Amino acid sequence: MPTVLKVRDLVTKFYTLDGVVNAVNGVSFDLEEGETLAIVGESGSGKSVTMMSLLGLIPTPPGVVESGTAFFSGPEGRHDLLQMSAEELRNVRGGQIGFVFQDPISTLNPILTIGEQIAETLTRHQNMTREQARNRATELLAQVGIPDPKLRYKNYPFQFSGGMRQRVVIAIAIACTPQIVIADEPTTALDVTVQAQIVDLFRKLRELLGVAVVWITHDLGVVAGVAERVLVMYGGRPAEIALVDDLYERPQHPYTVGLLGALPRLDLKESERLVSIRGAPPDLLIPLKHCPFAWRCDYAFDRCWEEIPPLLTVGMRHRVACFYDMATHAPRRSANGGGPRDV
Amino acid sequence: MQRYFVSKLGQSIVLLLGVLLLVFVMVRLTGDPAALMMSREASPEQLEVLREKMGFNDPVLVQFGRFISGAIVGDFGDSLHFKTPAMPMVLERLPAKLQLAGVALIMAVLVGIPLGLVGGFNPGSAIDNLGRFLALLGQSIPNFWLALILILYFAVRLQWFPSFGRDQLKSVVLPAFVLGLPVMGQIVRLTRSAVLEIRGEDFIRTAHSKGLELKTIYTKHVLRNVAIPLVSVIGVQFGYMLGGSIYIEFIFSWPGMGQLLQQSIGWRDFPLVQAIAVFTSAVVLGLNLLTDMSYAVIDPRIRYGN
Amino acid sequence: METKDTKERGADSLLDVERTFRERLAYAGRFLWRDRSGVIGLLLFLIVVAAAVFAPQISSYDPLEQNLRDNKMPPPWNEGGSWDHLFGTDNLGRDTFSRIIYGARVSLTVGFFGVLIAGTLGMVIGAIAGYAGGRVDAAIMGVINLILSLPYLLFVVFIASILGRSLLNVILIFGITDAPIFARVTRGEVLRMRESGYVESAISAGARWPRIIFDHILPNLIGPLITLATFEMSAMIFYEAGLGFLGLSVPPTVPSWGNMLANGRKYLQQYPWIAAFPGLAIMFTSLGMNLLGDWLRDVLDPRLRRARK
Repeated sequence: MPTVLKVRDLVTKFYTLDGVVNAVNGVSFDLEEGETLAIVGESGSGKSVTMMSLLGLIPTPPGVVESGTAFFSGPEGRHDLLQMSAEELRNVRGGQIGFVFQDPISTLNPILTIGEQIAETLTRHQNMTREQARNRATELLAQVGIPDPKLRYKNYPFQFSGGMRQRVVIAIAIACTPQIVIADEPTTALDVTVQAQIVDLFRKLRELLGVAVVWITHDLGVVAGVAERVLVMYGGRPAEIALVDDLYERPQHPYTVGLLGALPRLDLKESERLVSIRGAPPDLLIPLKHCPFAWRCDYAFDRCWEEIPPLLTVGMRHRVACFYDMATHAPRRSANGGGPRDV
Repeated sequence: MQRYFVSKLGQSIVLLLGVLLLVFVMVRLTGDPAALMMSREASPEQLEVLREKMGFNDPVLVQFGRFISGAIVGDFGDSLHFKTPAMPMVLERLPAKLQLAGVALIMAVLVGIPLGLVGGFNPGSAIDNLGRFLALLGQSIPNFWLALILILYFAVRLQWFPSFGRDQLKSVVLPAFVLGLPVMGQIVRLTRSAVLEIRGEDFIRTAHSKGLELKTIYTKHVLRNVAIPLVSVIGVQFGYMLGGSIYIEFIFSWPGMGQLLQQSIGWRDFPLVQAIAVFTSAVVLGLNLLTDMSYAVIDPRIRYGN
Repeated sequence: METKDTKERGADSLLDVERTFRERLAYAGRFLWRDRSGVIGLLLFLIVVAAAVFAPQISSYDPLEQNLRDNKMPPPWNEGGSWDHLFGTDNLGRDTFSRIIYGARVSLTVGFFGVLIAGTLGMVIGAIAGYAGGRVDAAIMGVINLILSLPYLLFVVFIASILGRSLLNVILIFGITDAPIFARVTRGEVLRMRESGYVESAISAGARWPRIIFDHILPNLIGPLITLATFEMSAMIFYEAGLGFLGLSVPPTVPSWGNMLANGRKYLQQYPWIAAFPGLAIMFTSLGMNLLGDWLRDVLDPRLRRARK
């Protein structure tokens, strides 16, 4: 399948009062047309910053995208997002790449009608008249499953429930039929039952529109029902990237193993404690010359403290940044990454 | 929205009644008007006769009743000092007061809002620093002192403006400036901080993520939200200017109510004091009401929610 | 092998309970340095305090001493002035400089104690209103709005005419008239705390009353209240001057900036310095306190996190 987004070696830093935060330290991945890629990690892993950096959405006084390329294949051809001017990026945002954010109540402007908030994307990117925009927006509301769309068009965000609001946000994201939708923790702020509905909605929309989705989350439980491929991030770096089944059945990175082990399961006996990964996330202010996970890793050995592990191919479309071989439970013998740079 | 309006109106009326009560009590506690009205040599009997005639010896409740029933129709009795109806006296000073407060407000808003906006959108810029410095200055200079200084230079030495009275159109400039300066400071600060705060809100990030033009984001999304606290502050400040311009009026001999209030307190002129106090409060309360109303227009959450 | 440094990074605020006293001091110190205006404010304020405290040592004359031979002397940089009287003398020959220094005592005392009273009173009332909610809250807010809607002068004159002119009375007046402002802010904060639910969770976790008040409610109140106190203290210095201007402040023998202004007004045209200096003194103090207040607000606000290059 053709790639719609190709990110290579993205580095983003924040120059703050307390020092330089190395938020993203060399992330690379591909996104194919119509596929859903999940980016998984804890807070501070750099998962959100990665995507926001691509589209100029990080606050630029402290934040700087230092290096990397991000080739996006839109209707106007292939362009490097990181080289685009602010003006050009503004055309891409909303029109070719849509966004869904975490908390729908704060994501919507409280004093504008939701209909208006959808319509303004349409008038901006698709040159519709107000009339056309209004009709199309009403259609979109119906598409995302909001009953009485004509009536609800004129309502304000506070008049909706959390799940409904998120549907509105999704409607805004897909309004201009973008190539990609970036969803940053879209279900985290919602109840579990509503979560399932939203996941369903995404699935339906993907089938309908063929849109590629980048689903950012910290919750491995959601990922299984949503994504085809998964990128696990840690300390601003990629830890593991694989097809979803592979990840769950044959996790190669100790961090992934830990994450999966930490998932609460229904069949746990009452006396068993929940497993968590010991330690705390790394301090991003300190630039590291070794594997960021080493402190918390049960398998770390001396090599882990001397070099930064590169992404190594360990299977079909399965790469991991680790010197330890989970399959053989021993340090890897070959140190270089094999295979072509396809992730 | 009706319910909101009615409830606010009701609250204001209750407050107004409270004001009437408070004023009535306070004024009576300040002393005996009869003694002040007569010369010092008046005998106790003469004082007594006066009190009787003026109705000061009646039970307090009766006096209060008379007061309230009069107040409702706008009759506050006759001024003890001037012997003419009290409320009309107050009302005839109204245009001057309005003019002063109005011009001051316009000055404050015309300068303050743009400065605050620039500061909010370009924090750290030269204009921002200028604005904040002016705001600080405006709030740190004692206004009566400023008035004196301004009079000294602009009125006396340079002769650009008259130093007292309301005879010419440009008489209003100096007093309005002094009155409006601290308000301008407040407006600059508030606008600036509101803009900064709102720009950091999630829904502005959403607006950016939609790729909207900056112009649209700034006006439709940022400014409209900034208007909410701004309107409130402007309303309150206007009320304050109407009620608190006493020193300014005093210094510039501006024919507003300030001087009158001070004098009438000194004369123990109950009706007049009551009239002024109640009127001023009514205006302030009315303004609060208006501000609350405009809140409802701008912020739909108030309109529909509770 | 390295051990992980587990210190939490990124101080959120001065009042974050996790931080040790030394860390807070260091944090405040960094802030102070970066925000030089805060330093200036603090400096100005300290100068005024020093003037007030060391008044007898600094001033060369007794502020009450009249010397009609040397009266109406301009400051030394004008003709006719002398360096003995740094700020000149007033119409009764009293040394302006000394009177300004002593006047600082009046202003600071009024400001400090006025705010103390207003703050305590207001805090209690506001906390009750905010916590009790419902009718009690509505009633209290009604009274507060009532007081705030009346012309300030009326109140002040009313109380002044009952109580008479004295330092104590001025303090009381301000304490009472400013309490509503503290009450309103306190109430707002208490409401916010109630809404955010952590008071509830503290209760449900079994915390008892004193604990809740001291560990949860008070720390969150202190920030905004201290900031407000600084601004209101500056305002009170204004008010005192205003009262003095109207002849309602401390008795005219006591040197206060307000009295000096009122006195100087009469001689404005020919001897402007008599009024100029007290005004400057007020402005100086007020500037310092406003700067300080701004800085305090930034430092004590846990939500304000700055990132700068």
